[in-house]
Amino acid sequence: MTIRKLLTAGLIALGMAMPTIASADDGLDNPSRNPFYDGLKGKRVVFIPLAMGFDLTEGWAAIMRKQAEDLGYTLEIRDPNWSTDAGTRALTALIADKPDLIIAHNPDVQSYARLLKRAMDAGIKVIQLNLESVVPTDAYVGADWARVGYIQADVLVKQCGTGSGKSGKIAIVRGQPTAASDLYELYAYKQTFAKDPAIQIVSEQAAQYDPAKARAIMETVLQQHPDLCGVVGNWDNQDIGAGAAIQAAGKADDIYVVTSGGGNQIGCDNIEKGLLDMIISYDVPLQGNAINQQIAQTLLAPAAAGESQTAYYTPLTPLTKDNIGPRNCWNLEQLK
Amino acid sequence: MGKVRLSQEGVVFALAVFLFVAFSLTLNNFLTSGNLIALVRSVAILGILGLGMGLVVIGRGIDLAMVATMVVSLSWVLSMAQSGVPLATALLLGALLALGIGLLSGILVAYADIPAIFTTLAMGLVAYGAGRAFLFQIDVQNTPAGIEWFNFLGTGIVLGIPMPIVAFGTLAALLAAVLRYTRFGRFVYAAGDNAVAARITGIPLRPLIVVQYVITSMIAFLAGVVMAAAVSSMSTRVYNSTMIYDVLLVVVLGGISLSGGRGGVRNVLVGTLLVGVLLNGMTILDITYTTQNLVKSLILLLAITVDSFINPRDEQTSQQSQGDI
Repeated sequence: MTIRKLLTAGLIALGMAMPTIASADDGLDNPSRNPFYDGLKGKRVVFIPLAMGFDLTEGWAAIMRKQAEDLGYTLEIRDPNWSTDAGTRALTALIADKPDLIIAHNPDVQSYARLLKRAMDAGIKVIQLNLESVVPTDAYVGADWARVGYIQADVLVKQCGTGSGKSGKIAIVRGQPTAASDLYELYAYKQTFAKDPAIQIVSEQAAQYDPAKARAIMETVLQQHPDLCGVVGNWDNQDIGAGAAIQAAGKADDIYVVTSGGGNQIGCDNIEKGLLDMIISYDVPLQGNAINQQIAQTLLAPAAAGESQTAYYTPLTPLTKDNIGPRNCWNLEQLK
Repeated sequence: MGKVRLSQEGVVFALAVFLFVAFSLTLNNFLTSGNLIALVRSVAILGILGLGMGLVVIGRGIDLAMVATMVVSLSWVLSMAQSGVPLATALLLGALLALGIGLLSGILVAYADIPAIFTTLAMGLVAYGAGRAFLFQIDVQNTPAGIEWFNFLGTGIVLGIPMPIVAFGTLAALLAAVLRYTRFGRFVYAAGDNAVAARITGIPLRPLIVVQYVITSMIAFLAGVVMAAAVSSMSTRVYNSTMIYDVLLVVVLGGISLSGGRGGVRNVLVGTLLVGVLLNGMTILDITYTTQNLVKSLILLLAITVDSFINPRDEQTSQQSQGDI
């Protein structure tokens, strides 16, 4: 009796399952797929870089453009060409214009801060890319500058600090003294160097991203301190100037130059040429993918602009003569 | 009659000497040949540009497009060289571009009578914009590897003196000779002092102006070659920096009057020297960036104030206000 009942129940259950099994042969319509595409289609994203035309911004833009095309949202670029003024104007215009998302690359920690806040108040979501301002926005994607600074400083302490038998004299080449990268790195340098009594900071000058200025500064410093042991800098494109001065003085082997950069092939070439010893690379292709992921997530998130704030610090790779190669060094053509 | 009239050049020179002595006494290793060479070397490119600017300013003009000319022509040269054009050919084309920019500025100033300050300001923007749009994409162009003769122009050493200083010195001597001993040079002074009178005298005023701008553009190109060779790259960001004002500073600080017809190569040398001593001393003292800017501007202000006390404006100079900027 019970066996018969069970059999009947089994048959009924099977009969009910039949249509489902039949449809599985035609595949399955993924129900979570459509909201993803529909949510992104037709959205408007605007990127305000420091300037176009250099390795970092061109690299990010190439990767961001690809995804925008794929997913059907638009990516506009407002290029202020190194002018904070022009960037501020672009941002002000955008607040009235109301795009869905602004991606801001801050020239310094203050200039855009209030405007980014105003943009979020106006309902525009904001992601800050690689250089942040003092105002946290919907997301920050980019290098953790303090960590870059700690890694750089630790390398120099190892090269020049107690027990190295060297002079311990270190020169800091700053970039733009008001930019996030510069301020946070400097804090990390000072913290780390203060722990080793053998380390002595003999110079702390700003080259404002200009290799010619970095070169002039380094020439003067080398005259004062021929026994300089290490140089820590803000950006590879700038610090090749310092490297050139050191090479010209014939001290490339005695002075360790550590800097940071996007891991562009040109930076790697400069390691090869002996102008730089180490670049802490924040890996632009990787950052490009991270920002793409963040763009999709922020656009789809139901939260209002400014409601939730996240940060993703992208991975860092120290590049030296031993690991430069196609795996770690990129060129723009590959990204396009 | 035996009264010594201190000129602005004299004031600035005295200031430079004062700073020099002060730094020599207070800073270790300031007065070493190595440091002095580094000092002059760091301002050599500024000095070269100052020589070009000096020439047009003496002719009562101004060329605000110099830095743009330098940046655009050299970036184009390096960008061509990277894509396989022989460097010598690229340099020739770059020089032609610089010449073209100068020619256009000169023609607009001389024949269309547009004030030089506006013409060259706009010309700088046009050159830079066109360069970024059509001639090169990346804003830092590296020099092609392994071309020794080109690197020598920036990093070579002749008789113990680095090439940028050699180039600066040679050009200064050449320009001084041209201004002093050639008909062209004397005409530049005449036209700068009083353009109308110069014209009545029979000086071909308009072609003379065109030639000045062409020479200045070529000097800008030369400065670019030395700069690119010295740092193995050319950064277009230099155009966005305050470099063009620094060049004007060297010229005006040295005592070349913006109203034209006065001054010479010596003034540029003195102005360059002051800026060099100042920058070098402050770098050695490791003064912070903001304080450096403050000190620089205060010394400028001091020089101008002292000058206006020693050489007060009189009726004659105020009549010339037309050319004053």
